[in-house]
Amino acid sequence: MPRIIKYVFYDILRTRFILLYTMFLLLSTIAMFQLDTDSSKVILSLMNVVLMVVPLVSVVFTTIHFYNSYEFIELMLAQPVNRPVIFLGEYFAVALSLCFAFTAGVGIPMLMYGSGIHGFTLLYSGLMLTLVFVSLAFLSSVLTRDKAKAIGVALLFWFYFSLIYDGLLMWIIYSFSDYPLEKITLALVSLNPVDLARILMLLQLDISALMGYTGAFYKDFFGSSLGVIFSTSVLAIWIVLPVAIALQIFKRKDL
Amino acid sequence: MKNTLLHITLIFSLSWAYAQPSRLVVQPNGKIATIKQAIALADAGDTILVKPGTYREGNILVDKSLVLVGENKPIIDAEFKHEVITVRARHVSISGFKIINSSVASMHDPAGIGAEEADFLTIKKNEFNGTFFGIHISNSHHVTVADNTLKALLRSDHETGNGIHLWQCSNAVIKNNFIHGHRDGIYFEFVTNSVIDGNVSEGNLRYGLHFMFSNDDDYTNNIFKDNGAGVAVMYTKNVKMINNRFEKNWGPSAYGLLLKDIRDSFVENNLFDQNTIGIYMEGTSRTSFKSNIFSKNGWAIKLQASCDDNIFSENNFQSNTFDMVTNGTMVLNTISHNYWDKYQGYDLNRDGTGDIPFRPVNLYAMIVERIPTAVLLWRSFLVFLLDRAERIMPAVTPENLKDNFPRMKPYDIYI
Repeated sequence: MPRIIKYVFYDILRTRFILLYTMFLLLSTIAMFQLDTDSSKVILSLMNVVLMVVPLVSVVFTTIHFYNSYEFIELMLAQPVNRPVIFLGEYFAVALSLCFAFTAGVGIPMLMYGSGIHGFTLLYSGLMLTLVFVSLAFLSSVLTRDKAKAIGVALLFWFYFSLIYDGLLMWIIYSFSDYPLEKITLALVSLNPVDLARILMLLQLDISALMGYTGAFYKDFFGSSLGVIFSTSVLAIWIVLPVAIALQIFKRKDL
Repeated sequence: MKNTLLHITLIFSLSWAYAQPSRLVVQPNGKIATIKQAIALADAGDTILVKPGTYREGNILVDKSLVLVGENKPIIDAEFKHEVITVRARHVSISGFKIINSSVASMHDPAGIGAEEADFLTIKKNEFNGTFFGIHISNSHHVTVADNTLKALLRSDHETGNGIHLWQCSNAVIKNNFIHGHRDGIYFEFVTNSVIDGNVSEGNLRYGLHFMFSNDDDYTNNIFKDNGAGVAVMYTKNVKMINNRFEKNWGPSAYGLLLKDIRDSFVENNLFDQNTIGIYMEGTSRTSFKSNIFSKNGWAIKLQASCDDNIFSENNFQSNTFDMVTNGTMVLNTISHNYWDKYQGYDLNRDGTGDIPFRPVNLYAMIVERIPTAVLLWRSFLVFLLDRAERIMPAVTPENLKDNFPRMKPYDIYI
């Protein structure tokens, strides 16, 4: 498997997309730090990047990459290598390169300008989201043979988690506003990795507002070590589950 | 003639010698072993010097004009059974004691020092520990409470009294005290023409400062921190609140400053930092809010529609989750020349003032105001889109609530 990862990794580097992505993150982060002296405001702008751009890039890049290396996969399958090794090799290579790009692009400016615990949370949620959306993209790639369709499904995942789901959640909050909703919303939020990452950031940036009304409940929950374990494990499920399903499909798939 | 003169001189010198205040020394193993004994022996105007030691004498009643001075903090302990010191005379001064363990009772409110009709009372440099009320003064004028430390045992709300409690007083000076763990740090009811300056009131169960029916007072240079509900100023007029710090008052109904039915007052040069709500105001009118810093609050200002003729100018609003929220569409207040860090306008003529108005109330703040759970979706892409749409065409947010002259750079405010 390490050899497959190595080959795929070289292949990814050859397309230069990852380099461009790293440069984009690096330049925009540096620009934000340059423009604003208040580091918490920079984290705020970066948060939008993390919640919108990172999932989008992850999902699109992964799907395109998967279809571009279809011939490579077919070639490898002709060799005495079993399918899970090839599939997971592909997965780790893509995930690692995207994580590396994100860490370098956002982490280096943060180290340069210093941003403390806020920055760390941001980095953590960015990495988690990258992994989640790479997994989802792999799932959408094995679902169909058609590249355009797969990209469509992948984009739908992105669109659903960053916009549609919040719309539904807001509708629920609105319609049932007379009932105590804390625990239900907590459960609903766990069903969306983007929301989970966002709330982890909210706890850093808007803690004063969250302390009002029902917010104190979330603060108590996510602020405790139990909450950290909870959110990490839910995100981990979001990473592992799609890949596991995709792997099962890939194993039996007629390529 | 000569004789008479001699007589008069004699009488005067004698009476002077008689009236000369004497000094009584209380010492655990001395001639006078208890403070009560010394008070019984003393005449009005005398000084009682109390040497170090622990005095357990139940309730000590001061009913003459005396000066009580403690040397090296002698301890007066009421063993949770009585009020520690009760003052019922004018011109009394109590300083340098450690006053501990008063009883707890909600009927007659026992205190560390309880004073009634005690004009010109001075309480200085004492330490209060485990008292129900710390200092309880009623019906007294020209009192001074300075440099005291008051710490209550942390108990539930009804088992703790107020730190410094004044009722129906005037011309009081409350200065440089430290208050911790009481129900209300400083409590003022029907207190006029008084000054609260340089106090630190923190970790109290309810309000750091609770202020009612008390007009023409100033409070300046105080720090109110980590109190259950912040500071409340209600049913009053002509109050000057200057150079105070309101910090970290967190909770569902915690306010940096709660203003209710107050008029003709000044809130200037204060810092509101990390409160759930910086200022909550209702029924407030003709009050000026100038040169304050609002930073990192959940809601910097909650302006209820019952407020009118207030002026908000030259304030800095920085890193607040929501800058302002209101519950109506009518706006009768003036908001201008403030610095808002969320302002995205431009300044073409470079006069330091933005060319397009800033609307501090955003749509989502109004939604959260109505449905608190909705705070969970704050900063999501959906909310961002909703806010943008609302900014272009205001439908829910009050059209007229805007700063027509937003400042491009923050003011230099030193507190």
